Amino acid sequence: MSLVLDIALCALILGVGLATVAGHGVFRAVIFFITYGLLLAIGWARLGAYDVALAEAAISAGLTGVLLLAAHGRLRRLSAAEEAPLRRNLPAALIATGVALALGWAWFALPDPAAPDLTAALPQSGVGNPVTAVLLNFRAWDTLLEAIILLAALIGLWMLARDRAWNEPLGLQYHARAGGVMASFGRVLPPIGLIFGVYLVWAGAETTGGAFQGGTVLAAVCLVSLMAGVLPAPRIAQTAWRAALVFGPGVFLLSGVAGAIFAQGFLALPPALAKPAIVTIEAALTLSIAVTLVLLVIGPPDDGGQDA
Amino acid sequence: MTALISGLVLPLLAALAAIALPARARLPVALLGVGLTLAASIWLAISVWTNGAITVSLGGWQPPIGIALRADGLGAALGVMTALVMAAVALAARHEMEPLVAGPRTSFGFWPLMLLLWAALNAVFVSRDLFNLYVGLELITLTAVALVAISGKAEAIAAALRYLLFALAGSLLYLAGVVLSYAAHGTLDISLLAARTAVPGDALALGLMTAGLLVKTALFPFHVWLPPAHSAAPAPASAMLSALVPKASLLILLRLWFEAMPELATPVALFTLAGLGALAVIWGGVLALLQARLKLIVAYSTVAQLGYIFLVFPLAGGDGAAQPWAAGAWTGAMFQMLGHGLAKAAMFLAAGIYIAAVGSDRLSDVRGLARALPMTGFAFALASITLLGLPPSAGFTAKYLLMTGAFASGQWAWAFVLVGGGLLAAAYLYRPLTAIFAREIAVTPRPIPWGWQAVPLVLAMLSVALGLLSSVPFDFLQIGRPDQAAEGL
Repeated sequence: MSLVLDIALCALILGVGLATVAGHGVFRAVIFFITYGLLLAIGWARLGAYDVALAEAAISAGLTGVLLLAAHGRLRRLSAAEEAPLRRNLPAALIATGVALALGWAWFALPDPAAPDLTAALPQSGVGNPVTAVLLNFRAWDTLLEAIILLAALIGLWMLARDRAWNEPLGLQYHARAGGVMASFGRVLPPIGLIFGVYLVWAGAETTGGAFQGGTVLAAVCLVSLMAGVLPAPRIAQTAWRAALVFGPGVFLLSGVAGAIFAQGFLALPPALAKPAIVTIEAALTLSIAVTLVLLVIGPPDDGGQDA
Repeated sequence: MTALISGLVLPLLAALAAIALPARARLPVALLGVGLTLAASIWLAISVWTNGAITVSLGGWQPPIGIALRADGLGAALGVMTALVMAAVALAARHEMEPLVAGPRTSFGFWPLMLLLWAALNAVFVSRDLFNLYVGLELITLTAVALVAISGKAEAIAAALRYLLFALAGSLLYLAGVVLSYAAHGTLDISLLAARTAVPGDALALGLMTAGLLVKTALFPFHVWLPPAHSAAPAPASAMLSALVPKASLLILLRLWFEAMPELATPVALFTLAGLGALAVIWGGVLALLQARLKLIVAYSTVAQLGYIFLVFPLAGGDGAAQPWAAGAWTGAMFQMLGHGLAKAAMFLAAGIYIAAVGSDRLSDVRGLARALPMTGFAFALASITLLGLPPSAGFTAKYLLMTGAFASGQWAWAFVLVGGGLLAAAYLYRPLTAIFAREIAVTPRPIPWGWQAVPLVLAMLSVALGLLSSVPFDFLQIGRPDQAAEGL
């Protein structure tokens, strides 16, 4: 039974993937891409990688889907999204097929995967979830740099703004009809999402969850509130928003420096203090990840004008 | 250890502060970060010189569980070169990125992006972990793409998007190779990989990683994104993009082919890499000849100059690594990395001064500017000496060492590439030099403060000094080098 399910899942992933790149029109491709992300998330869950499944569903299908839909809407307003058939790109298709065949060959040729043995190290890490132990302790340097990459992506996005729009509010202006669906959602969903997001971060120490997944849920809460007009649109000039962006990476970096001064070295966590330290870093990271994702989705400051 | 960590933490902290603090504090905090990081890089080089290569296991976790960092002679030397270029870029950007000149958006974004790029470069120079190197490369790519787009012009944004698409394709290929290697060996550490038991998938993993890194290094035929991107950025950004950014992916290539998997370096693979390098030297040189704008000439010259470095693969890689000429050829290629970085940054900063002075970098507009701005003209000429490979510059040391390796190993065909590339460089640099040193001035320039004019001159002088005092950097680069069995020629 489970074999049939897996084969059906694989066929669906491949079929939807093909439909994404080979279909007609940008909008259809976006919708297929979102479906593709959700199917991949189910695939990760079938492999027992629940942390990856959550991240895939939240970031790849959810946030990326919103970004792509927003990009499509913007293109349509500029009447640049002609629903012309996507150009067939034979060299790209050949290279992609070649890489896929090579990776398929490697799957058969390679020995069984050998992962490092964490049984001795995990009790020293301060947390029970090995994924969190790897992300926040064993390979904390990777995670710190990744949080900073997210920030760099946002600064890069802001560089696409028009100079005259720099002091405008970020993103497009939303108008929710009072008493309409959006306005009601804007009041009902955030409290539930808030609890769910905070739970994901807290649970991440021992079981599935973590800063990236929790941050994405909190970002969604914040986005719904912004779209419903419950929160005023942020501006780059507002210090609180910029401070929230750097808060998480800053706490992470300074705790690493504290490890260099008071413990065995940069990013070192003494086992006795590891759990509270990791929870603190994750909480701070969650805030910054959530704010960064919100600002990435709503886009650079926009005065609504057309290019000259 | 403190010096190594400081080189990573200080630029990151300064970048975070530059984002969060109000506008009036941005420049002071960024310049403070630049000064401190420069000091940390020099301090690291001094520690490596006195104590040998420095290894740190982050968080106290040894590989394969944790990430190891190691500053060897090459990593520390690239760190110092980067620090010198970054300090020069900061001094030039003080003028070019002023809010009144560049606008509030550019003057906000430039400093954090520059500091984040610097931190990422330092992270790649010392990392021993293939996935950590991937994360470092991603940070480099995103900051570099943003720096291309920062001028806000339509052609700059188009060039940035093209660069982003190429770089992301390169990232995916590299990551696929890392995943395969990790699946087979259960470790990402370069030193542990060197001691692994080989499996059939290794060649595929190395091939994928190499293909991805070649796209990011802009080796021929993957160079098409580089000239428009590097010439569309403002001059201080171009200096970082051309002098520093390609060196990071190139360094990872060297780490893979010389340290992690040297036994996979078959003669055919090595010949292919150097052959593409030779084509880059010729193609980049020919296209540089055809350009009418100073920044485009300098950008195409980057394609050509990076090509020389790939001659290191057949001259010092594979079975050749144990030969007596290997140390010389390898060090020659590293001199090319360092010398090109200093000279290319000097050229772009000089081009930036011309654009500030006459509002254009067309060869017809910069005519005669050496009379009005003699220091800048002299800087461009000195940097040209390094690119041409004339004595006593670092470029000469590099070509001399590579050529000695080519003749000693009987692979004299590569010597033709070195000589031919030098002649092409003479041809494509002749046009801007005759324009700049022409008798009559085409456009009367705006005055430029001498402190700004001195910046590219100092960099160009350093690129010559590197060749004059080549014995100290030569010995420094040997620290922690793999295959030290053979003494040089």
